[in-house]
Formats: sequence, C-alpha cells, structure tokens
Amino acid sequence: MDDIKYTVPSDRSRTSFDDQTDYGTPAVQSNKLITLSIDGRNVTVPDGTSIMRASIIAGITVPKLCATDSLEPFGSCRLCVVEIEGRRGYPASCTTPVAEGLKVHTQTSKLADIRRGTMELYISDHPLDCLTCATNGDCELQDMAGAVGLREVRYGYEGENHLKAEKDESNPYFTFDPSKCIVCSRCVRACEEMQGTFALTISGRGFESKVASGIENFMDSECVSCGACVQACPTATLIEKTVIDAGLPEHSVTTTCAYCGVGCSFNAEMKGEEVIRMTPNKNGGANHGHSCVKGRFAWGYATHQDRITTPMIRKSIHDAWQVVGWDEAINYAAIEIKRIQAKYGKDAAGGITSSRCTNEEVYVTQKLVRAVFGTNNVDTCARVCHSPTGYGLKQTIGESAGTQTFDSVMQSDVIMIIGANPTDGHPVFASQMKRRLREGAKLIIADPRAIDLVSSPHVQADYHLKLRPGTNVALISALAHVLVTEGLVKEDYVKERCEWDSFLVWRDFVAQPKNSPEALSSELGVPAEELRAAARLFATGGNAAIYYGLGVTEHSQGSTMVMGIANLAMATGNVGREGVGINPLRGQNNVQGSCDMGSMPHEFPGYRHVSDNDARAEFESAWGRPLSAEPGLRIPNMLSLATEGGFKALYCVGEDIAQSDPDTQHVTHALESMECVIVQDLFLNETAMYAHVFFPGASFLEKSGTFTNAERRISPVRRVMTPKNGNGEAGMEDWEITAKLSTALGYPMHYTHAADILDEIAALTPSFKGVSFKKLDELGSVQWPCDDENPAGTPTMHIDEFVRGKGKFFITEYIPTTEKVTKKYPLILTTGRILSQYNVGAQTRRTENTSWHAEDTVEIHPHDAEERGVVDGDWIGITSRAGETVLRAKLSERVQPGVIYTTFHHPESGANVITTDNSDWATNCPEFKVTAVQVTKVTQLSDWQKNYQEFSDEQISFAENLESAS
Amino acid sequence: MTNQQLVTMANQIGAFFKSYPDQTQANKDIGMHLNRYWALAMRQQIVQYVKDSAGAGLELNVIDAIKGHVKL
Ligand code: SF4
Ligand code: SF4
Ligand code: SF4
Ligand code: FES
Repeated sequence: MDDIKYTVPSDRSRTSFDDQTDYGTPAVQSNKLITLSIDGRNVTVPDGTSIMRASIIAGITVPKLCATDSLEPFGSCRLCVVEIEGRRGYPASCTTPVAEGLKVHTQTSKLADIRRGTMELYISDHPLDCLTCATNGDCELQDMAGAVGLREVRYGYEGENHLKAEKDESNPYFTFDPSKCIVCSRCVRACEEMQGTFALTISGRGFESKVASGIENFMDSECVSCGACVQACPTATLIEKTVIDAGLPEHSVTTTCAYCGVGCSFNAEMKGEEVIRMTPNKNGGANHGHSCVKGRFAWGYATHQDRITTPMIRKSIHDAWQVVGWDEAINYAAIEIKRIQAKYGKDAAGGITSSRCTNEEVYVTQKLVRAVFGTNNVDTCARVCHSPTGYGLKQTIGESAGTQTFDSVMQSDVIMIIGANPTDGHPVFASQMKRRLREGAKLIIADPRAIDLVSSPHVQADYHLKLRPGTNVALISALAHVLVTEGLVKEDYVKERCEWDSFLVWRDFVAQPKNSPEALSSELGVPAEELRAAARLFATGGNAAIYYGLGVTEHSQGSTMVMGIANLAMATGNVGREGVGINPLRGQNNVQGSCDMGSMPHEFPGYRHVSDNDARAEFESAWGRPLSAEPGLRIPNMLSLATEGGFKALYCVGEDIAQSDPDTQHVTHALESMECVIVQDLFLNETAMYAHVFFPGASFLEKSGTFTNAERRISPVRRVMTPKNGNGEAGMEDWEITAKLSTALGYPMHYTHAADILDEIAALTPSFKGVSFKKLDELGSVQWPCDDENPAGTPTMHIDEFVRGKGKFFITEYIPTTEKVTKKYPLILTTGRILSQYNVGAQTRRTENTSWHAEDTVEIHPHDAEERGVVDGDWIGITSRAGETVLRAKLSERVQPGVIYTTFHHPESGANVITTDNSDWATNCPEFKVTAVQVTKVTQLSDWQKNYQEFSDEQISFAENLESAS
Repeated sequence: MTNQQLVTMANQIGAFFKSYPDQTQANKDIGMHLNRYWALAMRQQIVQYVKDSAGAGLELNVIDAIKGHVKL
C-alpha cells in the first residue's frame, strides 16, 4: 500500500503518463535505431519512423494537415514538406522515413513559400467565418494559416467554390458541413483504419472531389457513428453538435467509459460542471484513441429528465412514493432490514451488486452484506452472464479471468470467435480485431447466426460453423477429437505445463468415435469436413486465440463449454504468450471487476472461498466482525426462496433483475413476496417498480472509483461533476450511500474517498496489492495481478506456468439441453445485443441512440415466416413454456431456419417473459441462448405486455409530481 | 426452493461427472461441488429429501454423492 495519502491531483486534467501530443504519424516498432539531424538537432528514433515524427519528438513542429498519428500517412496536403541535404526536391516529411545521417531542414524560405502557396489555395475555397465557427480556437487549418504566415488570399471568392454546399445533419450527434472540408481524407482513413467500417469515400477528382457517406447521408450509410472521423477531422467540417451548441470545452478530465467491457479511456471535456463532449483518449490502454457510439456520444442519460434524484420510501408497492431526505430513507431501510432479520433470520436478507458499479461500490456492498447483514447472500449480475467463465477458468487454469491483453490480437494468426458478436458487443476491440484480420489473420466463427464479422468490408471468415443453438459442447468435443486423433496435440507443452493424468483421461474421452465430427455433424448441423478443417487450421495456423461471449456461457452447459475451450487452448499450446489465449469478452464494463471484488456468494474478494479459514480470518480481523463460512444464496436461489416466503429483504445496487433475469414473471412474483426491496439506481427501473426504498444513485460522471475491463485492466473513473442525487441536500457517490446504510445498521464505515476503499482492497487482495489511485494517476491504468513482482501489472498471464500450477483438463460430455423443440414449440429462440443499445437499455434508451434501435424486433428466417404467413413488420406472438410476448418480425437470412433471434434492450418487449429458468449446471447462469418457442401472427399485444403497460404506467405515476408530495 | 428444482440442479451436476472413469472420485467431486456452491439451507433440504423419499428422481451417482459427501 502507498504510504502517501491519495489526494486529487491539483491539475485534474492531465496526469504525467498522459501525453496528448500529435506526432503526425504512428509510432513504429523496431530494434534498429537511426540517428539523424533535424534543424541542427540530433535525434534517434526506431527505423521506419517518419521524418515528421522524428521532428516532433525532437521538439520541432512541422506544419501538417493531412497527417495525424492515429492514421497512416497519406501525403496529400504538402504542407509538411522539408529539405534534405543531398536530396532533390521537397519531400513530404510525413511519408518520408528517416535514414542514418540525414540532415533535414524544416524551415527555409523556399519551404515557407511553398507552404504559404498551399495554404492560400486551401483558404481560397474555405469560408472565412472563423470568428463564428464552432471550432474557432480548435482548428488545425486556422493554426496552419497562422503557422505559415498566410496574410492574403489572391484568388477571389467570385469563382466557383464549395461555400454553399449543404450540411448533413442526419446524425444525431455530429454535423457534416462540406463547405469547410479541405479534402484531406483524414475522415475516410479514420473510418477505414481505425473503425474498419469503410463508410466514407472521396468521390470525384480535383475540384469536384468531396467526402461522401454512402448514398444519401450519414444516417442512411453504413456509418456506425463511432466518431473516429469527427475526431480525425482537422477542421469544423465534422464536429460534435454539442460543441456547436455550447462552444469549446475549457478543461478536460480523463475517465473511463461506463458501458461495455472494453473499458475505453475518455477525456471528459468540460465547461465548468457541464460535459461538452467525450473524446477517446489516445493513451487509453484498451482503446488507443478509438471509441464507439455509446461511450463517445450516449452520455446524455446522466442529465435525462427521467432520472430520479430524490430518496423515496413507501410502505407497499401499491402506494405512491413519498419523497424523503437522505437520513430518513437510510434509517427507514436500516430499521426494515433489522426488523426482517429479527423476525425471519439473518439469511432472509441479501444484496445484489451490478457490473455497472465501480469496484469500490461492489466491495463495500459485499462487505455490508457479509459483515453487517451477517450472511453471504450477495450475488452480482455476472450470475446471468459470465459466472461460468469464472468457474470454468478457475478449474482449468486457476484464475477466473481472460489470459491476454487486447493488443495481443495483433500477434494472432488464427482467431476463433465462439458465441460472441464483437462488432456489436465490444465495438472498439472489434475494430482492432478487424485490423488484424485485414493484415491476414485467419478467422473461424462458431455462431448460429451470421454476425457482421462473417462477412464485412475486407473481412471474410474462413469458416463459419453455423451450429444449432445449444450444441456448443458437441462442437468443442468434435474439434478436440480432430486434434487428438490427427496428432495435432502439442504434447511437449502439455507434458511440461499440464496435469498429464487429466490430459490422458480427456484424450481418451474425446478420441471416442461418438465425439468425432462425423458422429456429431447432424446434431450440430455443421458438415464434418468443415469441423475437421477448422480444427486443423486452429491447431496448425500459428498463434491461435479464442474469443468468446455469452453465446458460450448462457447455456445449461456453459461451464462445461468454458472448460472445453480451455482444454482446446492447452492442448494446442495456446496459452502463456502474446497472440494466443482464452479471452472471455465481458458484456458490461465491470463484469470482471465485480467478480474480482467478491460479489459471488461463495467467494471473498480475490476469489477466495468463504470456507477457506485463512482467508476468512484475514477478512474477519480487517473488518472486525465474524463471517460465515457457508456459501450464500445465488440470485435465482434468493428469488425461489422469496417466492416460498423465506427471503424478505433485498438491497439491489445498480442492477435491474426484473428486466435482465430470465422468466420475468417468476422474478416479479419473487419481488412482490419480499417485505423490503431497496433499489439504488439512476432511474425508476423495472425492479424499482417493486421497491419500497429508492436510493437515487450517481452517474459515472459524478463519482470516483475504478472499473476493471475484460483484459483485467483497472482504469480510473474520475468525478467530473457534483453528484446530482441530493434534492437540496449534498449528493452522494454510491459507495457513500452504502457506507451510510452500514452506519445506520451499527457498523460505521470510515472512508473519505473511493481511494480509501481501493487501499483496503489492495491490502486484503494479493492480486491487487500494488494498485492505488496514485498508481493509476501515474500509469493511466494497470492490469492485475499487480503486486511486488509485477508493480506495473501483468498484460499476459500464465507465462511460465499456470496460476493453478499445472493446467487441468476436464471431460466435456455433451448433454443436450432439456429445453427441446417439440411439435408445440418447434423453433429455438436465441438472444443477443446490438451496437447502439446497452444491456437493459436504461441508459441508451434515454439518448439519441434510439435513432438506430427504437424497438426490439425478432429476426426470423423467410422460410419459417412463410410457413406462418408472416411478412416483414408483422406483429408476431412468441410463446414458450414460460410465457408469451409479442414483437415485430424482421425477415432475415442471418438466422437459420428453425431459429429466431431477438435483443432485450426494451422492457416492454418482455423478451425474458419467454426465457425459462433452465440454467448452467455449475453456476445457475440462465440458459438465455436457448428457448423452445412457437411463433404465430397476432394483432395485439400479449396479456403480459398489457398488464405490464398498466402496471408500469401506474408505477411511473407514483413517482411523478414528487415535489407536491414532499 | 422446491425439491424438484434441487433435484434437477443436482442431477445436472451429476451428469457432468458421469463420464469420469473413476466414479469414486467423481462422487467425491459432486459432493464437493455441492459443499462449495450450495447454501447450507439447500444442502439440508436435499439431504432431507434423500432421506424422506429415497432420492426419487435423483440419479444413483448423485444419491451416493449426497449420502457420502455432503457436509451439513
Ligand atoms: S462515425 Fe465512424 S463509422 Fe461513421 S463515418 Fe465516421 S468513422 Fe466511419
Ligand atoms: S471532412 Fe474533415 S477530415 Fe474529412 S476530408 Fe474534410 S476536412 Fe478532412
Ligand atoms: S461502449 Fe465499450 S467500446 Fe464503446 S466506448 Fe464504451 S467501452 Fe469503448
Ligand atoms: S501532412 Fe504530410 S502531406 Fe499532409
């Protein structure tokens, strides 16, 4: 632990690691160093570096317009010309590499003439409304005009020009004003190189040339609104609408996106306490200056009118809410918890944390439940997504986390994606992956549905194994069978690093004829030859990396499949170096962190089982309370017990189980059976409609803490504005609310800042030992394990040996799910997500992102649709063993016949009304990915939806006109 | 939780370990899984259920595991 107490850095905007200089061209890796002289200064850089970059490193600024260090140089503006002794002409410094002994001059009178001439041409076709332009003060064209000393423009404005060109305002977040475009093509290259979407082109030539986005405008094009082009544009041509409205920001604070598991680093660019824009941080370890539409633009929910900023209580869920002060709400909650525990026993209470919470929030919540409630009934929403990852990886390799860093993909030769949809779920990482695929890496996709990566611009999957939903384990066994029977196992690696006995048992098992591709082909719906070819490619194609998502975990055999993936990686020697590995793509921002922080009922922080006496003693002495050695209830167990009357009080922080958990009617019935449901959230979410106490939460912009992304990267969340949840009183960060509740329950928690909590975590968790806010200020982010041996963190794990010691193979017998198709339910429903919306959608639905996804629809194969007389856009009723709902049909050949697909971003869709309570054998992770259903054409909403609408309207009215109630 | 739910869950766990050649060890592993991941109340309930109903609906290996290896 640090002996220096954490204080907020006085310059909040920039920390030492954080160099925002634009070096003009990307950094180059090379062991060979080159020394040259630029304007008389010697500078030494890696071979292959551009003269421009070398100059800027030497502190010499070269004028430039078309170059920026996030993109490959292009050499079109010719503003960066230099003179090189002994060479003829005026080469562009951005496209000319350094060479040993060169003598370069960047400022001569000839160069000045050329540059002025170039600028004059640019400016002659550019409006001169700088004073009223939105980027006044933040425009590279303006800067360059100044730098080259442009004083007059000899070409008049009478001639033909582009000044009247019409603006494209179609994108809700940014404007395209072609009159200001200098055709530097930075936007086009950003869209290609950074994002990999190829939505923009420069059409026409010479004077006619202009930037074009598909047919009509940005919204109708392939554009996914990642913002890379806006970021790259040196002028006001592509600019955020918020900047047009509010003017340029005056300070900036580095923080972390609160959406997905990529964990992009952003600069919150502020004007006082108002966010003007969020721009991706070029030094972000996970995103290197890239972003997606959610983190970049969809942060307006933090100030949305639906947000509830007042504590509220009520006796019954059929009463209107009563607005109260913080103290009253907290005391009420504490009294209820005490009453309930006195009456029904300690174990009748519990807590649920969320992957949307910071590490510090999760930590204090589980501490509250374990130390103060006196039970281990604490669980997290990872239960319904990645709990099998935690289980499966711990069993096989010894650590419940991905093995690699995102950048590792740039060393991969074969990429296998199983049950994940990176372009929608993990967009910024998908862009990096696409870059590697364009460089020639091979791609194997195992997914029932044709995700975008199967075929997108300059990316084509080598194999798309279109397996039937629910047959993952058969797939992994079939692939393993090929390895074992065709001699493709790396036995040396296995002998050295794995438990040989477990390998033998596994080998003999998968070698059985019943596990051959031929035997499993019909079950899988994939030709045996394809399975064999994919397995051979995986084993022999060089560095092979597996990326997987919820399509692996959310099955009755989710944990088995995770172990199967680990088996495959170990057998082929693909763990323990760059370019390989087992990579779970985590859904929400802090899935990894919330699991690390001990929010599972059987584990303390750092994955130590509650029955481990040493670990328990450590926590008991640190917390000063006796702790239970018994695993607590998991979310589904809590809910079942609630229905039976044995579970009565729930503290639910940032999680919306009524929308995100399976079998909604079962969940809501359980909530109705409880006597005190405490919800802490930004909005009156679905669960809050069943709550008795509502604690308004603070958004990620209003608090400090840390998030841990899918590559174990701990990144800082920094408070950029005062919490808005005060209602007259001071607002509170979420951990403060939990700490206050703890105090009211007789156990004061003495933290003054989230940094104190992180220090406590570091003191009690070996893999976090070296983590502190101070370190994060210094390094930007750090990947755990971070301890004395690895003070700067550990990008790649299991390098010399597995965390477990020896890797262990497990037998993966395929057991078909009991959720079978029948005459009555002949189709399989599987679920997924889309780019512009996030999880239950509580945040993204309250932003302009609804422009892309206003409602959830069901993809159905034209063949199945035709059989049922359904056409595109029809309302269809979907019935399962659990319930019925109605959604709009979208005919699509992305799904195979017999399979339908939907998302669950909108509560009224009731997608989880139809999912069943089937779950993973080891962790109870629900089987979201397989539900047997029937589909019929209907004309009205389902009964559930009608009831939902009524109930929801009533609940919303209970929270309206709150001022009058107070 | 209903007995039926517990029986289903226990059988699922049993099924995972069924293919192991060493069934003595496998039964221990089933018991250990229950001890490590099931709350005490759930373990008590399933043990009681095995007593009361002779484990109706449970697979044989699961009954053995519950009888021999579940700690209360
Ligand atoms: S926002 Fe992104 S996807 Fe859209 S055009 Fe710009 S770079 Fe391409
Ligand atoms: S829109 Fe901006 S980045 Fe694109 S060509 Fe025009 S000036 Fe360059
Ligand atoms: S949602 Fe994910 S990919 Fe998008 S900006 Fe946020 S962390 Fe990055
Ligand atoms: S910056 Fe080098 S040619 Fe434009």
